[in-house]
Formats: sequence, structure tokens, C-alpha cells
Amino acid sequence: MANPAPDLQCLDLTKDFDDFRAVDHVSFEVPQGSFFSILGPSGCGKTTLLRMIAGFQSPSSGDLLIKGASMIGVPPNKRPVSMVFQHLALFPTMNIGDNVGFGLRQRGVARAEIARRVDEILARVGLPGVAGRRVDQLSGGQKQRVAIARCMVLEPDVLLLDEPLGALDLKLREHMKVELKSLQAAFNTTFVYITHDQSEALVMSDNIAVMNRGRFEQIGPPQEVYHSPDTAFVAGFVGEANRIDARLVSVNGPVLTLESESGAALSVEAAQSGLSAGQRAQVFLRPEAIELTTSAEGLEGRENVTKGTVASVLFNGANSSVTVQHASGTPISVALPQTGDMAKLRPGSTVYTSWHPGRARVYPAPGA
Amino acid sequence: MTTDGSKLGFYLLLAPILLWLVVLIILPHLGLFWVSISEKIGPREFQTGFGNYVTFFEEPLYWRTFARTAIMSILATALTLIFGFPIAYYIAKLTRGRTKTTLFLMCMIPFWVSELVRTFGWMILLRETGVFSNLLQYLGLVSGPVEFLYNDAAIMVGLVYTSILFMVVPLVTTLDSLDDSLIEAGYDLGGNSLSILREIVIPHAMPGIVSGCIVVFMLSLGNYLTPILLGGKDSLWFTGMIYTQFITRFNWELGSALGFLLLALSSGVVFLGLKLSRQSLADTMGRA
Repeated sequence: MANPAPDLQCLDLTKDFDDFRAVDHVSFEVPQGSFFSILGPSGCGKTTLLRMIAGFQSPSSGDLLIKGASMIGVPPNKRPVSMVFQHLALFPTMNIGDNVGFGLRQRGVARAEIARRVDEILARVGLPGVAGRRVDQLSGGQKQRVAIARCMVLEPDVLLLDEPLGALDLKLREHMKVELKSLQAAFNTTFVYITHDQSEALVMSDNIAVMNRGRFEQIGPPQEVYHSPDTAFVAGFVGEANRIDARLVSVNGPVLTLESESGAALSVEAAQSGLSAGQRAQVFLRPEAIELTTSAEGLEGRENVTKGTVASVLFNGANSSVTVQHASGTPISVALPQTGDMAKLRPGSTVYTSWHPGRARVYPAPGA
Repeated sequence: MTTDGSKLGFYLLLAPILLWLVVLIILPHLGLFWVSISEKIGPREFQTGFGNYVTFFEEPLYWRTFARTAIMSILATALTLIFGFPIAYYIAKLTRGRTKTTLFLMCMIPFWVSELVRTFGWMILLRETGVFSNLLQYLGLVSGPVEFLYNDAAIMVGLVYTSILFMVVPLVTTLDSLDDSLIEAGYDLGGNSLSILREIVIPHAMPGIVSGCIVVFMLSLGNYLTPILLGGKDSLWFTGMIYTQFITRFNWELGSALGFLLLALSSGVVFLGLKLSRQSLADTMGRA
């Protein structure tokens, strides 16, 4: 990065409410022009964090820098950030043009100049000529784009987005994900996006921070967060995963041998798990990491082969899955390829599951 | 059968309000109008004509009092809005839960006492031997007793005090419905308190402001007790004049005409106010 100061930098940011710590020593930085997501379950402190960046709440300790300048004590209307609110907060008493021009009017920009820039920004978000319309005459997706235009017309250093897609229906949400990403690329502005929806974060982000109980559990690109989660929480929260509670039996170099609570033997590759024999652990296994076959042929020499029966088939197009019940233990979810004889699987069919030791992740069990 | 039954129920439910409208509002006004266009030409002899209305315009005392009442009422409405808005904003936006209910109740409590008693309360405060006068003398700010009563300022104080609740209630209701995130968005986009008040809060609260103003204006214009008690005999309030025609002068014809003029005045001012604020009556009354 040629730019020495990142657009947004949080140093040891903490926020306490009475006796509750909403944000706990969070540090991160967002380089210019990138799409940064903060992903976490509701109540994890992500909204508080965003409101601190916007200036609506002040941190209990720590520092917040935008383009290298500290924002502590700077009121929200003086910060070079803009925010797209959860319910967009478009002003219902103004038409679209006045909504988008609001920020420019506050800056005392000349009337003609405002009109020109409003038209220009509306055209850039793909809504030319709507300036005269009322807010309630637009569809959900159009309002979304107006809300973004209203912020972008001010050319903020950082655009904050507070789960703006939450209120949209599924189809439109899928569409807006792609659109938001391309708008971000077109404006080349730093976006900080908070969401509890892991697919939104995975699709759009350059970097994702997974947040839990006021702390960042992991920061990294989507692929890294998905494929090599740092903690059990990240493995369980991002994407689908089967969790198997187990006990470590032995360590053979990078290969761990575990015994699940139901008595099945598991073999997992984990170079630095930090686990020692006898310790309780959790094994996370993605549904698509498990291979499904209808016969035992060709499985000789494979590891983690188990025979089971199909408990249920959940057809969902390309995302179909089956739950497989092994001789013991809880049923596991396995991705179902829509090919060949797999399409004929019915509840009660006998199947074999196998998975490569390198594709599972193992973590110490909480409290162990 | 069911539709017949529900129709009957509808009319039964409608009956009280229809009865109320016809018997207590429309009939008396028709009667009053009839009386107002009757000119007395001799003992128990009347002829139909607008003579009573002509008298109003020919006698400066009448129409000056009329104008004075209108202007004072408008001023009282404006003052009530200026005092009521911050109170309503504080209750609606800056307090939560218990505090909010308590504050709202505290606005209401004075209204559990009759208007007469409340007005006498002000007289105790404002009269020559009253609390304020004594306090000023005690502090040594004035040498003799001061009379605060029987002037326009006293009337204004009384009118604002009497009607402030009717401004605060609709304002709290409309301001309550203003989403906090709109105000935050205003700040986020670089607005300051003043521009947010002007561009976001007031436009949103407009229906509440207008309905509050209509109610307060009507109450002030038609108030009899407060101007007479706090303004004294020379308060020159139009309702007082109507009272005089009916009760002291026993001139029902002129009294009725003056009453109708007051009705026209209040309707006219409300209509003008709605036009100026670009609100419709249905809108403001429906929302507040």
C-alpha cells in the first residue's frame, strides 16, 4: 500500500455500558478502497462498534483514527464518514433530490451545484431522473441505492453500512449483494459493513472480522476465514459445519487420533492444535468436505470411513444435503452432489461417508 | 340476514353522535342564526334583515374588540407553541420509560383541577397583595406593592397556561413517531441542531403543530373565564362582549350576530393557517 495511513484504524477500542463491556479491546485497520465486513451474531457489539466509528457513541478507551487523524471528541457531523442506516433513514418529508442533497446543503454548496451533483450521483447508482419523486414511490432496492447515493455525494473517506440489506426479501438481497460490491468498486471508497449474515460478508468483503462477545475472533479474507478458522466460534459461525465432540487419544506428529463421544475413531490433521492426549476437543467438519458413496468399493485405504443410513434428504438445488445417521452419535449433514445415483438416495438408504484428515478442524473444547 | 343485523348495529352506534350533532350543535346554531337575522323594530316586533351585522361594523368598539381578540389569540397560540415545543421534544425524544410517563403526567396533573380554580391560583400569584408582589418587596427590588393583574400580559399568561397541554399532547404524539435514526442521519450527513430542527423535525411534526395550534387558537378565542378574571372588566374579549349582549343588555339578536361572527372568524383563521402550512384538516386531525 502506497498510502501510509489506512482510511480507518481502531486501536484497542473499548466501550463499557454500566457493568457490561460491549466492545472489548478491538484493534483493526482498513486500507483505502477496501470492503471490510464485521460479522457476528446479534448482541456481539458490532453495532456499538459502528456507532463509535460514526460518532454517535464515544469509546470508553482506545483510539479511533480516520486517515491518520484521531476522531476522539469529534462530533458525528464533523467526521469524514457517512452511514447507511439499518432502515435507511431516508427523510420521508423530502423528495429524493432533497434527500440526496441534504448533506451538500449543510455544507453551503450553491443550489445549482447541488442539483448538478445530485443528478450525477443518482445516475451513478443507476437511478437517473428520480430526484423529483417521493421516498415512498421507490422500491426497496431503489431506496437502498438512494441511501448510498445520499452518503456518497459527500465523498466520505469511509462509508459505514449497518445491515442495510436486512429488510429486503431474499431475491433482492442476493441481487443487492452483487450490486453493493460493484458500487464499492466503482466509487473506490472504503466500506465498513456490519452484518450477522455470513453469506453477505463472504460474498462482498475483501476482509472479514468475525466478532463475538465484544472481541474480534479472527480477521482475514473470506477464504481464510472460511477454510481455516482460528477458533471454534468462527468455525461454527461462518458457513455450515458439523460439530463433533471428541476426546484426544493420541498425537502422531501432525495427525491426531480422537475418539468421539459416541465411540467412533476420528483422524484429523492439525499441525499446531496445542492439544495433548486425553484432552476434550471439538472437531468441525464442513458438509462439502465429506465424501458420500453408496458402496464400500474403492474406499480401501481412505481414512475416516463410516457406514451409515440416510436419515433425511434436504433438496435445495445445488445446495442439497442429506443427514446421515451413523451407528452411533448425532446425525451429520453432508453435501449432496446432484449427480448420478446420488439423486436416488432416499431416507433409509445405506451410504458410506469418508473425509480427508486435512479437511477437518479441531479445537480445544470450551472450558477444557 | 347478517348484513341487515350489522347495518342495524352500525346505525345504533352512529345514533348517539348523530343525535349529539343535530340536537346540540346544528339545531342551536340554526336557532342562533335565525335570531341573528331578526331586527327588532318595536316591542316584540321583528323583521328579517342583516341589521345586527351592520351594527357590528358601524360600532368601532365591536370590531376593534373582535380584531384584538383575534390578534391576542394568535399571539397566545404562537407563545404556546414556542413554550410547548421544547417541552414536547424533551418528553418525546430525550426521556425514556418511567421518566417519560412521569413528565407527561406532570403536564396533565394541573388539568385535574377546574379552570376556575387554576385561574384563581394565578390571581393569588399576580395580585397586588399576591406572592410575586410581596416577593419583590421582600427582596427590596420595589418600594411598594405592584399590580400584575388586569393587563394584557396577565391575560396572555393565563391563556398560555390554560392551553399548553393541548399543544404538548399532539406534539408529543407526532414527535414520538419520529424515528431517532432520522435525526442521527441528519447529524451524520453534516447537519447541525438548527438545520435538523428546521429540515427534519419540524416538517415531521407539522401535523402535530397544526392540530395543536388549531385547538389552542379555538380555546383562546372562545375563552371567557381567563380574560375576564385576569384581564378585569376592561379585558375587552369578544366572548365577554357576547355575554354582555345576552345577559346584561338582553339583546339576543346582536349577541347571536356577534356569536356567528366569532364562528366565522375562527373558521377563517383556521382555514388560512391550514393553507399557509399546506396541511389538510383530515391529515392533521387523523395523525395527532
